[in-house]
Amino acid sequence: MNQDFLQTVEALSGEPILLCYHCHKCTAGCPVVKEMEYGPDRILRMVQLGEKERLLRSHDIWLCAACETCGTRCPNGIDIAKVMDALRMEALRSGVTPAEPDAAKFHRLFLFVVQTLGRSHEASLLIAYKLWTLNLLADMDSGLQLFLKGKVPVIPKTIKGRDQIRRIFVKSAEAVAREEIASVKSAPQQEAK
Amino acid sequence: MSVYTYYPGCSLESTACEYDASVRAVFKALEVELHELEEWNCCGASSAHSVNPVLALALPARNLALAQALGHDLVMPCAACFNRHKSADYELRHDPERRKELEEVVGFQYQGNIAVRPLLEVLTIGVGLDTIHKRVKRPLVGLKAVGYYGCLLVRPQEVTQFENPENPRLMNQLLETLGAEAVEWSYATECCGGGLSLTKSSVAARLVNRLVERACEAGAAAIVTSCPLCQINLEMRQSGMQKLPVFYFTELMGLAFGLTEAENWWSKHLIDPRPLLAGLKPLQQVAAL
Repeated sequence: MNQDFLQTVEALSGEPILLCYHCHKCTAGCPVVKEMEYGPDRILRMVQLGEKERLLRSHDIWLCAACETCGTRCPNGIDIAKVMDALRMEALRSGVTPAEPDAAKFHRLFLFVVQTLGRSHEASLLIAYKLWTLNLLADMDSGLQLFLKGKVPVIPKTIKGRDQIRRIFVKSAEAVAREEIASVKSAPQQEAK
Repeated sequence: MSVYTYYPGCSLESTACEYDASVRAVFKALEVELHELEEWNCCGASSAHSVNPVLALALPARNLALAQALGHDLVMPCAACFNRHKSADYELRHDPERRKELEEVVGFQYQGNIAVRPLLEVLTIGVGLDTIHKRVKRPLVGLKAVGYYGCLLVRPQEVTQFENPENPRLMNQLLETLGAEAVEWSYATECCGGGLSLTKSSVAARLVNRLVERACEAGAAAIVTSCPLCQINLEMRQSGMQKLPVFYFTELMGLAFGLTEAENWWSKHLIDPRPLLAGLKPLQQVAAL
């Protein structure tokens, strides 16, 4: 059993995963469970059992729409969407090829735009996303319509405090790295209990 | 008189520009002061919390730092922005360790003197339905619509502090106040898949079409929302025979207030609502009721 993995996910999410007693309420209400291989309940079980490899390579963690229905209905107060966030973070950090590479690419591009401008900019984001995923033709109709309606400004808006934004990005990355080291260090002590 | 600080968010500068225009017009009509937060930054949306938990809180925390200096409650039209800022405010309020970390990352001292509030709540409770009712000049008699909240405005309730997350009522109360018929349905807080709209569009389309079918079944001719991500996803991904226009609730307020600028908002929609609006009872008939 991979106790380290359970502890890392608990530390990253801040959620008491061992409290889950598998009542399936989360799965019954999940809007995307139809597309999932495991669903939220089995994912929690797999985290409890430390099934790191299967989880980080699963499509499910990228299919979660972060709608928070599961966490709202959980009788044990586990915010399962936060567990899904933690699993996505671990997947990105561990270097496995994400099962849904487009989603990972989208998040990276989105944050790159925000880091650069301080705000999002649809036109840059969508063009970069299409080029990177080679998904050039999807949604061309509605994209063109939105452009013609003047809803996709070409010139990005930016803010003066861009240096503050860059500082926030750097310091946030440092903070998470520190937390990860702390969670790994505390893992063997917990196991010895 | 109340004064609010306004955080439009990135969508309202682009794909939801009619939402922004209608928010400003409605506040002006109600004579409530709304000042845009200067130098605001993107909240990081769903990307930040999928990549880095500290960044997901630190980006909104910078906006809280800017807003707390002004001392007025921060109004959020976008459900996703609201959720991110409310989450940051929640952590800053309840978790001293996280607070210390965020203060260091952002470089500020959290005061907790202002509240992060969703636009729907500010208008229906802060300004009040009575005040809104008095301003209605052209009741929307004949408009049958379902109120749609989506996810991030209502969940998780511990953080959002919004109404009952399974059965919120504010949108319906507002629609009735405007003279429209709020149609009951069971899908008001079901997810539309907006967060997957670009990366898994087939899943988003399934969720959208399910919602639209249920709204039609309930007898609605339109969907009314407060979220820009829901609005564009719902209008863009409908593929059924019957297409339902999706309004921002502030657009309907502007229409009911008789604001002339409301005419400029309809052409911004991907599903043109004008045929539906043309079928509403004309003002003379409404006045006679």
